[in-house]
Amino acid sequence: MDRRLSSGQPGRVRGLLGGARPVISSLLKLGSVTKSFGAVRALRGVSFDLRPGEVHALLGENGAGKSTLIKVVSGAISPDGGTLEIAGSPVRHLTPASAHRLGIACIYQQPALFADLTVAENIALRLEPVAPLRRVRWNPRRQRARELLAQVGSDVSPDAEVRALSMPEQQLVEIACVLGAGARIVIMDEPTASLTRREQERLFAVVKELRGRGVGIIYISHRLEEIFALADRVTVLRDGESVGTRDLKASAAGESPLSESELIRMMVGREVSHIYPPSESKPGEVALAVRDLGFRASGVQGVGFEIRVGEVVGLAGLVGAGRTELARVLFGLTPADHGEIRLAGQPVSIDSPAQAVAHGIAYVPEDRRRHGVILDLPIAHNMTLAIHRRLFPGTWLRFGAERRLALDFIRDLGIKASGPEAPGGSLSGGNQQKVSVARWLATHPKVLILDEPTQGVDVGAKSEIHRIIRRLAREGMAILMISSDLPEVVGMSDRLLVMRHGTVVAEMPGGSSAHDVMAAALGQTGVTA
Amino acid sequence: MKRHFHELSVAGTLVLLLLVLAVLAPGFFEPQPLLSRLATAAPRLVVACGVALVILTRQIDISIGSLFGVCSVAAGLVATGPTGIPGALATSMLVGAVGGAVNGTLVAGLGLPSIVVTLATMVTLREGLRLWRQGVFINLPDAMQWFGLPMMRGQAVVCLIAVGVLVALALMTRHLAAGRYLYAVGSDAEAARLAGLRPRLTTFLVFVGMGALVGAAAVMNLVQSPQVDPSTGRGLELEAIAAAVVGGVAVSGGRGSLWGVFAGFLLLSCINPALTYLGVKPYWDKASQGAIILLAVVADGWRRRRGGT
Repeated sequence: MDRRLSSGQPGRVRGLLGGARPVISSLLKLGSVTKSFGAVRALRGVSFDLRPGEVHALLGENGAGKSTLIKVVSGAISPDGGTLEIAGSPVRHLTPASAHRLGIACIYQQPALFADLTVAENIALRLEPVAPLRRVRWNPRRQRARELLAQVGSDVSPDAEVRALSMPEQQLVEIACVLGAGARIVIMDEPTASLTRREQERLFAVVKELRGRGVGIIYISHRLEEIFALADRVTVLRDGESVGTRDLKASAAGESPLSESELIRMMVGREVSHIYPPSESKPGEVALAVRDLGFRASGVQGVGFEIRVGEVVGLAGLVGAGRTELARVLFGLTPADHGEIRLAGQPVSIDSPAQAVAHGIAYVPEDRRRHGVILDLPIAHNMTLAIHRRLFPGTWLRFGAERRLALDFIRDLGIKASGPEAPGGSLSGGNQQKVSVARWLATHPKVLILDEPTQGVDVGAKSEIHRIIRRLAREGMAILMISSDLPEVVGMSDRLLVMRHGTVVAEMPGGSSAHDVMAAALGQTGVTA
Repeated sequence: MKRHFHELSVAGTLVLLLLVLAVLAPGFFEPQPLLSRLATAAPRLVVACGVALVILTRQIDISIGSLFGVCSVAAGLVATGPTGIPGALATSMLVGAVGGAVNGTLVAGLGLPSIVVTLATMVTLREGLRLWRQGVFINLPDAMQWFGLPMMRGQAVVCLIAVGVLVALALMTRHLAAGRYLYAVGSDAEAARLAGLRPRLTTFLVFVGMGALVGAAAVMNLVQSPQVDPSTGRGLELEAIAAAVVGGVAVSGGRGSLWGVFAGFLLLSCINPALTYLGVKPYWDKASQGAIILLAVVADGWRRRRGGT
């Protein structure tokens, strides 16, 4: 079972810090690093150190400077000032290539592999020296890939095309590359954002294994429970400055470890209630009812449930359980091939998004960067895109009305932007999400489908979005919320649906235990359906 | 101000060029030759406006030169009949719209890449026309010349039509929902679809409109000569695309304005006679046009790179 990172053969991982090397107190040391982009001071003198064999979490709201900091460490950008030491020796000009040579590796949220190449080719591209005219020796290449994959506990074939792999499988391939490169400093940027609980646990085991070998890991995540489970120390960034570095494990000095609320306070500089806003609405009429619904090509079938006016219904399940696919059926992106949809009791057919919109269904998609917000268009245009007919009943667009509507939303949802004319692409993730929500609120939908509304959003924006969801339910909207964040889906929902293998397998009252939800999603029996 | 930086810098270059000409070669501004030059170029402006819309939706149409030839021949054949200019115009625009609809169906309906589709139609139309007409010129009736007006008034009418089309399309892109859809679809077709728009229909209609504009431009060209040359329109696609790109329409779709296209069109149209008036050898004409296109693209790329980080 325990094939991953077979610790019995440490010699197979070349270049890792072995016992023979002298002990170094810090692998990486940043001293008062500064970086500005135009007028924006992204880093205002950040100091940071990473010890061998630790998981050092980096926390901060969006825009706090985390990405800039990791870009400095990986050589993608050069700092304006400050010092950088790697393994005790100062480094002047770090480039991505020299960072690679010094044993620094990055694993991003979205695996950066070449989709058309095989796993072995991808690994070879990272590990073999650049030599365009050298003959490729395929068998050793495959063999090497197989060994590295085995060390991270992955059983994918070296000849598989990356395109065909799932996200977690690709992530393991990335880690295999990191292992093969003998990285001493590994940066992981929200590696669990798209993983299910079980895949996360496998990833954590690999991370712990790396730590056991003396690798230093900089770990970025918005999920606090992960950081408490995994990290040894945490550094909190706020507005380009380091608020402090704290031990997370109970230290020998006997000082009490950091609490979750203290950590949140450090991040946002104010008290934020991490308690979900309570449900106040009394569910009314049935707004949306579906029976035996599905679209077989995407694996969704026989789905039945109903949502009442004023209700927040959470849709939980593992990645791949068919939640987004169900949303796409309801929104007409992949129209149903069987079953029935009733809106306020009337049977309707939804064959296109345009029809769904006409029926009062709104869908805030999962990947807001790609499909939620049109990055080139000003946010005002983004917000009115779905309501042109109503907002502009005549021939001409009315810029005054559009601007007023945009300003209202900017105020109501607390969107941080320079104004209604700011292009969507200039906003931070949380604010883009709010623009995406605003577009659909403008349609006055009866049914609002939210797909991972707070993914990749910082803690402050997250509670704001939660409050907005509650308010909308109170105002009489029926809300279906897809979320992989278990505390969120349990805390926010009046009722919970759990999907597995393309169909709804359980329905639970709000406030059910996260354990029960996970058990249902995993298909364990003995759960009240 | 910042948003229209590209348009303004092209316009600034144009003004600078005109000032230089005013000082060094005031002959450039003599009304009769100037009007002649503008009338000759006017059909190109109409086509450039059309192709700008196509590029805004992140597509391209390189078949417009060949389509222009087909429309010209069709209009010429009808013009000799009893219906006169209105009949010729209607025929030409209809033929153009049908040609555009073919491209649009293949691109929007079947999801094929527009560069390949329009390359195919470009060659097919051009060769089909050659096979059909065997290179025979069509003589046009005298009444066709300058819409039957005196030459200078006819030239003025052609120019006014082109400016009218420009203004109408510029108003449409900025002040009609349809224009907003072009930008949305060109920036991110999938996001537009998720917003309840119909990107494929939008794309199809843009190609149809492009074809109709080509038809109109063909007639605007026809009234300026006594015969129809079946090889007319050769290279028109490149001139039109160049005007749009120099005017700041992003090839990646979703960014640009028709006022920029106007500035780009005027700059490219002026450079050739300007060089003649300034006494530069005519060999430099094409090279200088190429240099301007390159400069516009480089400036845009540089600006985006700076804005991107």
